[in-house]
Order: sequence, then C-alpha cells, then structure tokens
Amino acid sequence: MDTPKHQNNFSSTTQIIARADVAIIGGGVVGCAVARKLTLEGASIVLIEKGTDILSGASKGNSAILHTGFDAPIGSLEWECVQNGYNEYLQINKSLNLPLQKTGALIAAWSEEQEAKFSDILKKGKDNNVHDLQLLSRKEILELEPNLGKNIRSAIVVPREFIIDPWSTPLAYLQQALENGGKALFNAEVTDGEFDGMSWLLNTQRGHVKATHVINCAGLYGDIVNSKVLGNCDFTIKPRKGQFVLFDKAARKLLSSVILPVPTARTKGIVLFPTIFGNVAVGPTAEDQDGRDDASVDKENLQALHNQALEKIPALANIPITATFAGIRPATEKSEYQVSQDPDRNWITLGGIRSTGLTSSLGLAQHVHQLLLQRGTEFKPLVSPIVPSVPNLAENQPRDYETSGYGEIVCHCEMVTDREINAAMKGSMPAGSIAGLKRRTRATMGRCQGFYCSARLAELTKGKFEDSIDVGKADV
Amino acid sequence: MSDPLNGNNYDVVIIGAGPAGLSAALTLKKSGIESVLVVDRDSEAGGAPRHCGHPPFGIREYKRIMTGPSFAKRLVQSARDNSIKIALKTTVTMLQPAGNITVSSPEGMGKITAKRVLIATGIRETPRSSRLVSGDRPLGICTTGTLQSMYYLKKLIPFRYPVIVGTEIVSFSALSTCKKAGIKPVAMLEENQRPTLRWPLYYAAQAFGVPLLLQTQIVKIIGDPRVRAVYVAENKGNIREIACDGVLFSGQFTPESTLARMSHLDLDYATNSPIVDQFGRCTDPTYYAAGNVLQHATGKKAPIYYNPSNLPQPVDVAGKCWDEGQITAQWIVQDLAGNLPQ
Ligand SMILES: Cc1cc2nc3c(=O)[nH]c(=O)nc-3n(C[C@H](O)[C@H](O)[C@H](O)COP(=O)(O)OP(=O)(O)OC[C@H]3O[C@@H](n4cnc5c(N)ncnc54)[C@H](O)[C@@H]3O)c2cc1C
Ligand SMILES: Cc1cc2nc3c(=O)[nH]c(=O)nc-3n(C[C@H](O)[C@H](O)[C@H](O)COP(=O)(O)OP(=O)(O)OC[C@H]3O[C@@H](n4cnc5c(N)ncnc54)[C@H](O)[C@@H]3O)c2cc1C
Repeated sequence: MDTPKHQNNFSSTTQIIARADVAIIGGGVVGCAVARKLTLEGASIVLIEKGTDILSGASKGNSAILHTGFDAPIGSLEWECVQNGYNEYLQINKSLNLPLQKTGALIAAWSEEQEAKFSDILKKGKDNNVHDLQLLSRKEILELEPNLGKNIRSAIVVPREFIIDPWSTPLAYLQQALENGGKALFNAEVTDGEFDGMSWLLNTQRGHVKATHVINCAGLYGDIVNSKVLGNCDFTIKPRKGQFVLFDKAARKLLSSVILPVPTARTKGIVLFPTIFGNVAVGPTAEDQDGRDDASVDKENLQALHNQALEKIPALANIPITATFAGIRPATEKSEYQVSQDPDRNWITLGGIRSTGLTSSLGLAQHVHQLLLQRGTEFKPLVSPIVPSVPNLAENQPRDYETSGYGEIVCHCEMVTDREINAAMKGSMPAGSIAGLKRRTRATMGRCQGFYCSARLAELTKGKFEDSIDVGKADV
Repeated sequence: MSDPLNGNNYDVVIIGAGPAGLSAALTLKKSGIESVLVVDRDSEAGGAPRHCGHPPFGIREYKRIMTGPSFAKRLVQSARDNSIKIALKTTVTMLQPAGNITVSSPEGMGKITAKRVLIATGIRETPRSSRLVSGDRPLGICTTGTLQSMYYLKKLIPFRYPVIVGTEIVSFSALSTCKKAGIKPVAMLEENQRPTLRWPLYYAAQAFGVPLLLQTQIVKIIGDPRVRAVYVAENKGNIREIACDGVLFSGQFTPESTLARMSHLDLDYATNSPIVDQFGRCTDPTYYAAGNVLQHATGKKAPIYYNPSNLPQPVDVAGKCWDEGQITAQWIVQDLAGNLPQ
C-alpha cells in the first residue's frame, strides 16, 4: 500500500527472484505438463502462477475423461496433442501412481436423427486413427448398461476411453518437475515483461523473473498475458462455463461406461459419466459468459442436468446429489487451439486449450519441446530423473485408510485420514489453500459436504492458509 | 493393546455409539448378552449430543434436564460402568450378508462377524449442494451440526454475521449456538408463510434480535473466497441483497444411511432409511436399525413436535432414540433366543 509508485516497472530496486532457461506462465494442467517435460529434457524451469496453488483456473473443474481423440478435428494440432498426450499418459501413469480406469464410452442415440450421424462418426474415428469404434444394438447396449433408459436405440462404443484423476494428474506433473530441480512461484501474477534480444525479464507481483524462453500457459487469461507482455494477441478468450451435478457413490453400480451424446457443432454435449472417485456425474453445460473466474452454479441449469441424468438412467431418481460445481473452458472465437510462437522473442503461446486439455497437456508439452528444438535450443535430458508417487484417491486402488498407522479418519464420507491431510500440507508441492487441500485429499468432497469433518479440519488446518475454514475463536 | 476387531465374532455388533447404540448395548448387557461390541468412527463416544451444548437432554433417561455434552458423558459412563466394549476411531466400511462387516481403524482393516448387527448411525442435515442453491462456492457455508461441532468441540466459529436458512427445531439450536458464540445472524429465512416450528421460533428470533423473513427464499450466494452476500427472493418477486459472511443451512435432516445404501440391504427411498419390519429388522434379518437413522415413514414412529405436513424430515430427540435403542435391543434378545418369527 505504501510502496512508492514508480513509472518504470523494471526499476533496479526490484529483485530478480528467479532465473531459468524457461519461464512457464500458469499452473493449470498445461503449464504443469510443460514444466515436467522441459525439466526432464534438461531445462531449468520456473513456473509462475498467480493463484495460491496450482489449478486456479480452467483446470479446477472438468470431466476427467482421457480422450482417444476419435472426434477431434482431423489433422489438427489438437488431434495430434490429444493422441500423443493420451499415449504418454498410459506410459507414465503407473510410475507416478496416477490412477486409470478403462470405462469405454458409448455414444448413445435416443432418436433416429441421432443415429443418422453415426456413419459420419465412425468414419471420423477411422480418419483419426481410432480404429476400434463399434456399433452396438439396443440389446447389446442394455447387456452392457442394464440401467439405461429402455428407449435407447443404438450406440457406438469407443472402447479405449478412460477416466482419470483431474487434480492428482497435474499435481504429479509439477511435482516431478520440482523434485528434479524446477521451481514454482505462487501469488506471482505476471503483469508485464521485456525482451532484451537474449532473454526475458518478467515482472510479477513478487519480483522479476529472468528466463531465456517464455511459455504462456495462462489458460483463461492467455490473451491478456499476450497483450500485456508481448503487446499483441490474435485471439480472444470467450469463457464457456460447464456446470456439473455429482451423484452419491451409490450411483456407481448403475453405470459402468461414459455415456456421450451424439455431438453437435458447438460442444461435446451433456455427458453422464463415472468418476475415478466412485461417483457418477452429469454435465457439463456450455454457457458463454464474460467472467473468467465466475464458476458459480445456478439452480435451473442444475435441475435441467439432473433431469437429463434421470431420463438416461431412471434409477438415479433414488440417488441423492452429493455436489454441484462448475468449470470454465478457455474457449476462443475460433474452434482450434491457439498455439503460436514468436521465435524472434523466444515466446510460445499455448492458448485456447478448451475442452481436451487434461488429455492433450502431455502432447502439448511434447510439442513445446519440439518447437524449442527447432529453434536450436538444446538441453541435456536427465539421465535418471526422480519419479514421485502421488497419493492415490481413486476408488479402484488401495486407499490410505486401508493401511494401519494413521491417527484417525477425518473425513468419513471420503475416508480421508489425518495422515493424508498432513502429507498434503507438506512436501514439494504443498496445498496452497483449503480448496487445494480438498483437491489433494478429497476431504469434505463427499456426501455430507463437511457436516461431520469441518470442525476437525478447521482445527487441523488452522493457521496454514490465508483463508481458513473458521474466522477465528469464539468470543467467549 | 489387544485388537478387539480382526477376525472376531460377537453376538451383537452395534454401529454407532450415540444414544440409540449405547442404550441398546446397555439393554443387551442387562439381558445377559455378554458378547457385545459397539464401534464408532469418532474419537469419542456419545454421538450427536456431544455437540449440542444446550438443554434439554436426559429427561427421559436420567430424570434431569442436562445439556447434550453432559448427557453424552453420562451415557458413555453408564456404558463403561457396565463394561461395554466400545471400539473408537473404528469405521464400518462395508456390510455384507449374514452379519459380516468390514472395519477400518488405525490398526488396519478388519473383519468382524456378528450374529446380529444394529445400525445406529444417526442423522445429518442436507448440505447446500443437494439443495441446488445457486451462486459461488465460497468458505462460510455450513449446517447447524457443523457450527455446533466447531463451536462446542473446538471453540472456533465459521462466520460472524450469517444468514440462517430454515426454521425447524434445529434452527432454534442454531440461533442459540450463535448467541453463545457471539455470532450475530443478520436474518433467518423461511420459504413458507409460517416457520416450520411455529411459536418458539417467533419468540426465539425476537429474543435473539434476528429478523425472521417469511416467504423469503435464498436464490444466490456471492463471494470469493468467503461469503459476501446472498440474494433473496421475496414473496412479491423482489430480489434483494443481504450482506453477510456466511450461510447456515439448518435442518432438512437425512439419515446417515450410507452403509445400508451401499450394501445388500433395501432402502426406503422416501426417507432414505433402511427398510425395517415391526421389530426394527432390515431386509437381511441379521441386521437391525434404530435411532435417527430410521425415519418415521415406516409407520413405526410418530413425529414429536408440531408437524405441519410440509415438514421435510422430522427428527427424533435423543430421548426417543434412547427408547428405540432399548426396544430394538429387546427384540434382538428375543431373536437370539429364537423367539422372533422369520
Ligand atoms: C467443463 C469442462 C470439462 C472438461 N472436460 C475435459 C475432459 O473430460 N477431458 C479433457 O481432457 N479435458 C477436459 N476439459 C478441458 C481442460 O480442463 C482444459 O483444457 C484445461 O484445464 C486447460 O488448462 P490450461 O492449463 O490451459 O488453463 P488453466 O487451467 O486456466 O491454467 C492457467 C493458469 O494460469 C494462471 N494465470 C493466469 N494468468 C496469469 C498471470 N498473468 N500470471 C500468472 N499466472 C496466471 C491461472 O491462475 C491458472 O492457474 C474440460 C474443461 C471444462 C471446463
Ligand atoms: C445438528 C443436530 C442437532 C441436534 N439437536 C438436537 C437437540 O437439540 N436435542 C435432541 O434431543 N436431539 C437433537 N438432535 C438429534 C440427534 O440426532 C439425537 O439427539 C440423537 O443423537 C440421535 O441418536 P442416534 O444414536 O440415533 O445417532 P447419533 O447420536 O448421531 O450417533 C450416531 C453415531 O454413529 C457413528 N457412526 C456413523 N456412521 C458410522 C460408521 N460407518 N462406522 C462407525 N460409526 C459410525 C457416529 O460417529 C455417531 O457417533 C440433533 C441432531 C443434529 C444432527
């Protein structure tokens, strides 16, 4: 508040707080994947995030489906990155202890019109190198998914679609970068920067960062960062919200596959899907809005989603709702990813990674590495990098509470132990907020939404975060 | 410490050391059934009354007016005096046919077999999410139970000037907890023309100086990272903003019946309670249920307070749960002696 106003942001009094070969702006899933890849390739990196923790933007809420890319725009960079990202995830997930569940997806037709689109979808799948799409009859569908509404007509099965953990995934990527020498800065919004012909001096809220290359992975703020730092941007972010309704875990036995609608031009449509944590979710909506941070939910849309889910699986009527939430896609006025570079100024933009970024992030990271190689930049890949193992939160693998030696279970609905909570507040990438702690442990994310555990959690986290569950001691 | 859990067989295992579970345990002991184990996932026994720091508790059981915590203490003491085995920090994770249950405790996972299992896992309030309330999802949103356990058990408070939603009996507890904790609610909202719990709430809201807004519905929550305001819709359709730093959703009780829901037992979807017969016996006759996990739609219980037909889920007071624990335990005794019809 009292700091003197200076015209020049690069006044010599501001300290350089980090130096690296590559600065990565943004700790969404894309930035985290890039941080990992470049670190493993031998670059020194610093990831700069304006929030108190990773996943402060688009990557906070998504459907967590690992897509094959069967329906991606043919020949696009998105398609390439989705396929590469998909393949790399399947190679590395075990070593990082990231969960995976093969559910397959059904593109379900409930009307003749929808069925009419099937031949196009099958062809597109083939063209996209996904060769195992298969048509299923009504009878075959109901054998697979006996709880689906009986008015289903037919479906295309996409056997190799998976569900994954949307939060542990980027966490593991960044953790691997950090444990192999990378750095991360939080509460460090990048506000502008200067390129001196050799390297960048980025101005952040916390001080300057000097780096040879900059990768803009600012997601919902990608255009703003380009405008402010580069001085130009050829795309505009058009935030598109997606709301979800999450059903109680009792719903999981009613559904085994991801149920995709027949897509329209605008979105993949409303999906009914199991989550890796053992719930069933319905969503997302596709609502254009101005707010880049407005992840609010609204009753009408939630009710509409709920109704749609019940139409597809009538037995969901008996299952309580556990949670509602929303995510925001960094869509742009164009349908393509907005990946570009300014090689003269050592700048790469990974913008407009709308609706497939969880899958494509590893592919995008490979792409960035290629672009740097093409510039003639070479690093020496790490010989035996550290491979961190993230705690498992998925229902299909052993959870912490199944091993003795914890002190108590804190969150009873999600069975989160004190050991898990304490661990999430330590280590190379500790939680930076209550929300970050929830994403790392699932505490309060279950059916009671904190009725039983908020008091204990408030006590365990007291003084650890800027914003706490409690507002203080009672005045008594 | 000898492990009371793994591989053990009991005549009766009781899940939940609240009023219902403990009174059942006492009754079983007094009827000569020695092999009884009570398990509770909490670090202390006593159930919900532990965080209800207000009277009246204990009238039926101890013929005195007590607060929840002292009532809970007394209950637990009675259990200890009768050498009832209580395994704390022990969570039942799965129910399987024929009285086979799985538990997790700091000692690890274990399997227990019981001739009969009593489910006495209580009740909780419905959170904001399943009420589908619009708006942001900031800090400062909770239920009465959370407020009570934060304040009575940890001396912490989640907000200073919240809006309270609901006018059930538990909303009265919310008001009185706020008063004790120095929290000043800015309004109490009720969608209907009258409070659910009629005269006491008119009186209480007035006595606590909290405006009671009838025919007023919460339509949106605003704030990041904490609640900053709510929008409310009034009867005439006006929408207005009320500044506040929290929202307390009170009431709309729902049984903590997850174990039954995830198991082979049948659930009554109107109440979310396990289906039981006149003896409190579930659809697998080795399982019983008692206390607030059972809601009255089974016809077994009568609501205890003035109950207009729009009351969402009547909840029983501790005394009723205590009674029910006793009665159900007596049926279990009969059952073990072979005296119940199949
Ligand atoms: C509803 C929904 C469903 C989805 N479903 C799927 C799915 O099933 N499968 C799939 O693969 N993908 C899915 N996605 C897509 C995926 O979530 C996104 O593509 C991905 O999260 C985009 O990540 P990002 O890193 O580009 O952006 P973000 O997550 O927005 O990350 C950008 C980060 O940069 C930070 N930042 C911004 N400006 C600055 C600055 N000036 N200085 C420092 N830091 C800054 C932000 O705080 C933020 O943390 C879905 C998305 C949504 C919204
Ligand atoms: C917020 C709130 C306020 C209330 N206020 C009052 C009041 O003022 N006066 C009043 O008379 N009544 C009040 N009640 C009603 C209260 O539920 C009863 O008083 C009584 O405690 C119910 O007894 P119970 O034994 O059925 O359940 P509880 O007392 O709730 O006990 C259930 C026990 O089961 C345990 N448990 C649950 N699941 C598992 C599992 N899977 N494994 C192991 N253990 C498990 C829990 O830890 C708990 O200890 C209130 C309830 C709530 C939620």
